[in-house]
Amino acid sequence: MSELLEKPSRRLFLQAGAAVGGGLLLSFEIRGAARAAGTAPSLNAFVRIAPDGIVTIAAKRAEIGQGVRTSLPMMIAEELDVDWAKVRIEQAPVDAKVYGDQWVGGSTTTPDEWEPSRQAGAVGRAMLIQAAAQKWNVPTEGLVTEPGFVVDPRTKRRAAYGELVEAAAKLAPPDPKTVPLKDPKTYRIVGKFHPQSDNLAIVTGEPLFGIDTRLPGMLYATYAKAPVFGAKVAKVDLAPAKAVKGVRAAFVVEGGTELDGLLPGVAVVADSWWSARKGRDALEIVWADSPTAAQSSATLAAQAKALSAQTPHKVLRQDGDVDAALAKAAKVVKASYDYPFLAHATLEPQNCTASWKDGKVEIWAPAQDPEEGRKLVAKILGIAPEAITIHLTRSGGGFGRRLMNDVMVEAAWISKAVGAPVKLVWTREDDTRHDFYRPAGWYDLTAGLDAKGDLVAWRGHAVSFGDDKDFARGAEIDGNQFPARAIANYVQAVSTMPLDLPTGWLRAPGNNAFGFVMQGFIDELAHAAGQDPVAYRRRLLGEARLLGEPGKEDTVDTGRLRGVLDRVAAMSGWGRAVPAGTGLGVAMHYSHQGYVAVVIEASVGEGGKPTVHKAWVAVDVGRQIVNPSGAEQQVQGSVLDAIGSTLRQKITFENGAATQANFNTFPLLRMAEAPPVEVAFVLTDHKPTGLGEPAYPPTPPALCNALFAATGKRIRSLPIADQLA
Amino acid sequence: MAFTLTVNGQTRTADVDGDTPLLWVLRDTLGLVGAKFGCGAALCGACTVHLDGAPARACVTPISRVGTRAVTTIEGVGKTPVGAKVQAAWQAVDAPQCGYCQAGQIMSATALLTAKPKPTDAEIDAAMNGNLCRCAAYLRIKKAIKVAAGLVEA
Repeated sequence: MSELLEKPSRRLFLQAGAAVGGGLLLSFEIRGAARAAGTAPSLNAFVRIAPDGIVTIAAKRAEIGQGVRTSLPMMIAEELDVDWAKVRIEQAPVDAKVYGDQWVGGSTTTPDEWEPSRQAGAVGRAMLIQAAAQKWNVPTEGLVTEPGFVVDPRTKRRAAYGELVEAAAKLAPPDPKTVPLKDPKTYRIVGKFHPQSDNLAIVTGEPLFGIDTRLPGMLYATYAKAPVFGAKVAKVDLAPAKAVKGVRAAFVVEGGTELDGLLPGVAVVADSWWSARKGRDALEIVWADSPTAAQSSATLAAQAKALSAQTPHKVLRQDGDVDAALAKAAKVVKASYDYPFLAHATLEPQNCTASWKDGKVEIWAPAQDPEEGRKLVAKILGIAPEAITIHLTRSGGGFGRRLMNDVMVEAAWISKAVGAPVKLVWTREDDTRHDFYRPAGWYDLTAGLDAKGDLVAWRGHAVSFGDDKDFARGAEIDGNQFPARAIANYVQAVSTMPLDLPTGWLRAPGNNAFGFVMQGFIDELAHAAGQDPVAYRRRLLGEARLLGEPGKEDTVDTGRLRGVLDRVAAMSGWGRAVPAGTGLGVAMHYSHQGYVAVVIEASVGEGGKPTVHKAWVAVDVGRQIVNPSGAEQQVQGSVLDAIGSTLRQKITFENGAATQANFNTFPLLRMAEAPPVEVAFVLTDHKPTGLGEPAYPPTPPALCNALFAATGKRIRSLPIADQLA
Repeated sequence: MAFTLTVNGQTRTADVDGDTPLLWVLRDTLGLVGAKFGCGAALCGACTVHLDGAPARACVTPISRVGTRAVTTIEGVGKTPVGAKVQAAWQAVDAPQCGYCQAGQIMSATALLTAKPKPTDAEIDAAMNGNLCRCAAYLRIKKAIKVAAGLVEA
């Protein structure tokens, strides 16, 4: 076994060695992970090069449709310098001790993996070059690679990687930090259009997703929980369920009170999912009273309105003297914005397959944060984390929903109770009514403009959910949102109210609402100043500079925002004449390390129905787009997702239960409503960052600003629904 | 009771209640998991299969109502010339994001192109509007249909 090498930034260590059956194996291990003295570190294949030249790369992160199962192996294959057609991709086991972070969220995968993935490939390439140098008895200097081959240009000798792996496996891997990385100009894989590696399986219907899991002897389960969150089962006669053909078990789960743990309910287990569902539908469950039943959307909105009128609970940021500046302002503009709860609505409903045997549980899960799932299952089932094996499947959408592992713990519990492998599948109605919702929020804004129309004072008072100490999950309010730090007098304050309903992170958490509020209000200011909305934003951005400390994630580079704003203005022909009843709207936003500006052209037809004609999007996520296909998909998907939610989506609560249940009441955008989305990437010399999220936040305000331009009606409350009728 | 079905050209039997939706017979009884469960109410199209070549939502089609109609699923549609073309186009343009809806999208698209080999944009929208894509990969899906129809290049 070769020596371990340290990569201090990620605590990851690269090892090299011989693969079982021949070939070179590059592996990751976290130094310090518990292992018996004197034993070899467990080798989990990260990159395996076989004697036949086939390169197998482990996809270490979860694939939820964001494309990392393809893009991370592309980074490795690029630096390893292999033919992409020779690359096979396998899902890595869930093991933080070996693979480090495997969760996906916050558009973090690309920036976090860009360096270590390329280094892993480069180490392999350096070792193959060294093996060739030994074989030919020449120095490594001067040897080059072509995809799959080490080449000596002086002698025209060539050696296939497969011929070199046995010798390479005996070498000590070089320090990843010392290994040269390719000049991007020479890239053969990164930066080129690559279809997803799972496409063949997807288009032919091969088992791939969590819901496709099938095990020998597997049973199927449904789990009925109270519509009112957390209510216990007061009374139920289980006989009608047990009488349904195929039903094997029906039982009450006591559960706990934590919304992200195991909630009370009734499990029905059968030899097919339909039988389980029929069994469940045959039950008349009486639920106990729950204090959550006091919570309704109408009462929450009334509470928020009352809080808005009071002194804020907390000041998040305060610069200058807003009161004095407002007193001197030539014009004062006030507005109130609000946005609703939203569901994630992943098309693959929450599901998980678990197999309990002899005190251990094996789990197959479409999950975004499987290690957190392991912790939760260990806690609720009272077993050691080491007794839990998790297999990560492809996810039919994530959007932040699968960062929560409630379904994983339910499946594990039910499998333990029946002593058999169980696949638990939620109904769509379960999925909509038991989400961790994007929290609603309310914003009161006051701005002062000077005689030239320049913004000289800004006061924001947000009402969100939480208590004195913490915000509810996903309900954080950010005091540093632009134009914070760009103007002298600025206050962002917040008041919070308690919430017994489950909330969580939805695509671009926080930002998916901040964009709407801030960029909508800035548009109002531009119009109040009598200025063009793009020109007004350029003035507000001012000189290229950093707002905040260098290196901090909430620091805004005004030059990069200006870059995408200018680009989208040019792409969309901003300023051109449009027909009466049609408008162009613009918005820009920084989040998740990405800078995005959007222009939307929209009109309103009969009955006040908005039509989106086209969206233009300029995106700056640094110097390199890893996979142009996936990148464009993420941007187009984010923009269309945001258009869909802005037009029609909301979750409302009545007496502690969600009102919506299926796609008829929580409508997604459909093909006929999807406008063309033209995407341009503005390349700047910064580290490549992720694209799952940053194009979402500027889209709702761009659409609402376009509708204002078209109709003169300002949308300050989402969704738009029939407000333009 | 036992039902005899023709699925992708093969005779299969399923001993289930007559009200069992075709979707669950395919997925749980016959082990064909390509057709997906999304809504259970014919609202999303993820479960779309063909009955005698016509698209049908398997999640609301009781097995007792299938009768003698031939069932084609995503696992078998590639054996038809149009289905094969659609599957190839889907890969060439990289249509999927998460991919969960794509089996249903391909079944709807194949039925469309079988009936109308050169559809207009409006005809594509009309034929595909019952198929939701939560990732909103609609622009690529539409392009894939046009590529399969030979209307545009991949």
